[in-house]
Amino acid sequence: MTTQAVRSAGSTPRAGAAGSAGATGMRRRRRLFGPESTRYLSATTLMWILACAYGFPLVWFILSSFKPAGDLFSYPLTLFPAHWTTTGYTQAWNSFNFYQFFGNTLIVAISTTVVTVVVSCCTGYALAKYQNRWLKVFLVCILATTMLPTEVMLAPSFVVVRDLGLYNSLLGIIVPSILTATGVLMFRGFFLTVPDELIEAARIDGAKELGIFFRIMVPISRPIMLTLAIFSFQWRWNDYIWPLLVLNNPDQFTLQIGIQSIVGAQNVNWSVLLGASVISIVPLVLIYLVFQKYVMNVNINAGLKD
Amino acid sequence: MSVTATAARSSAQGEEAPASSPGRRRRPRYNRYILAPLVLISVNVVMFGLFFVWPALIGFGYSFTNYTGVGDPQFVGIANYQQLLADPSFYQALLRTFVFTLIVVPTSFVFSLLIANLMVSRYARGKVVARIIFFIPWLISPIVTGVIWRWIFGENFGLVNFVIESLGGHPVQWQSNADLSLAVVMFASTWGGTAFSMLLFIAAIKNVPVSYYEAASLDGAGPWRTFRDITLPSIAPTSFIVILLTTLGAMKEYALFVSLNNGGPGTTNNLLVQYIYQTGFQRGQIGYASAASFVLMIILMAVALVQLAVNRKAERR
Repeated sequence: MTTQAVRSAGSTPRAGAAGSAGATGMRRRRRLFGPESTRYLSATTLMWILACAYGFPLVWFILSSFKPAGDLFSYPLTLFPAHWTTTGYTQAWNSFNFYQFFGNTLIVAISTTVVTVVVSCCTGYALAKYQNRWLKVFLVCILATTMLPTEVMLAPSFVVVRDLGLYNSLLGIIVPSILTATGVLMFRGFFLTVPDELIEAARIDGAKELGIFFRIMVPISRPIMLTLAIFSFQWRWNDYIWPLLVLNNPDQFTLQIGIQSIVGAQNVNWSVLLGASVISIVPLVLIYLVFQKYVMNVNINAGLKD
Repeated sequence: MSVTATAARSSAQGEEAPASSPGRRRRPRYNRYILAPLVLISVNVVMFGLFFVWPALIGFGYSFTNYTGVGDPQFVGIANYQQLLADPSFYQALLRTFVFTLIVVPTSFVFSLLIANLMVSRYARGKVVARIIFFIPWLISPIVTGVIWRWIFGENFGLVNFVIESLGGHPVQWQSNADLSLAVVMFASTWGGTAFSMLLFIAAIKNVPVSYYEAASLDGAGPWRTFRDITLPSIAPTSFIVILLTTLGAMKEYALFVSLNNGGPGTTNNLLVQYIYQTGFQRGQIGYASAASFVLMIILMAVALVQLAVNRKAERR
């Protein structure tokens, strides 16, 4: 329901723009030379200077990754490789069990994301649509978890995971990451905007409580699910300290641990490191480019970040 | 506010219900409303108990023991805390953490707010592409961010020193000077942290009623006045959350340091989390590390409470 409202609100100005398409050319010309032209010029210039500053480190990094190992340190440095090569990438992929790290990370990120989205959706709905003293207490508990990040309880969390028998297994990374305050609060915020009348109407029609949730509420919360899925995938893909503690067997390492092991070596093999790092970025960038609007339209301002 | 409103409404309904219908019919309904939410929150309740309550309790307990991860913990009273407060490297880690936080939080606040304003400005051209450029650093993990900046600021091979030398300067000790090394981490942290705060700011600025800006422009207010007197006060709650989140994030930074300079040169740039990790896991003193974790938790809570108090005061004004 909310999504429809958002969509229609978004389409109104577009329709208006299409209507006055003939006048746009005129207006643009007047903008470029009119009294406001300095503001266009200064805002656009400032934005692109910043964009270049933010984009440059990555561009330099990616261009360097295509240089042959011998050219990486040869002065004078050049922006573009003299000889383009992908040896860094093939070496990275074939050494260090890299494809295995990649697969492990993929398993962890996907399974955690699926479970987190389902569980957060259920909890967020319960916290938004039922009033009950215990639910209120639990909401406060959820808020408290944002104050207790993993880093604050490294040692005891490790002992708990070990005692549960999850040490040295991918489950040891997946299970403790299921509860996220951000996810729960995102869904709670969304369900608070869904009118209670919808539920009342379904109740009058004789629907069961859980039936209302699964048949009506889950389908309409799809945009939030996608947003949380992207966030969760990013968190788990980029996680470092927790997998480092829980995993001890190189067969189970995730990408970030693998990359850090290259950095931590006595002589850093930059050619392999550059290739490995770029490969590790690619999946997230692809996901972001496809689902951009679900990330950029986030309208939540409570307890984010995990 | 909406929560309390709905809560009040439902409790009013609850009082009416027994009057209109006999107790027999109320009973199953009551049960159903307890059971359904309980089923829905059950998984997270278990998770909360297992991974927050349990570690918090045993962590507090371990901080009074000499537990090493194996064998039985022995109670040592407050010895861990005494040892911690007498350890100069703990104070150094604490000081470095504060310096890092005090510089990174304002810098990243200014940049993300500036970029968010440009992203919603109707005067900037090419926002669609620029937005992707600004956002990509968020997708990159702290480890890889560290690698990227290490590559640029390498002392013997980095681009920055190459440019400085080509311009006739002397190569700068980006790695072997402790303060410059910390500065590079600050650049990297700002670069990586801007996108997320920017996202929150964009959402907040878009929610400011357009009529405010129209009124301001009718009154002839310039862009700076408009920003200072309309945008900034209207997005105050978001600013609060951004500052809180970036502070907490900076206080517990670890991965970025590990890959950029590994807390070096030497141990000069070891932050608190690295200190905890090294004492707890590399030297196997779980009890001592728990005490250090507990101190970190108290600091984080104090930071959050101070910011909350400041925010309340600012709102009342």
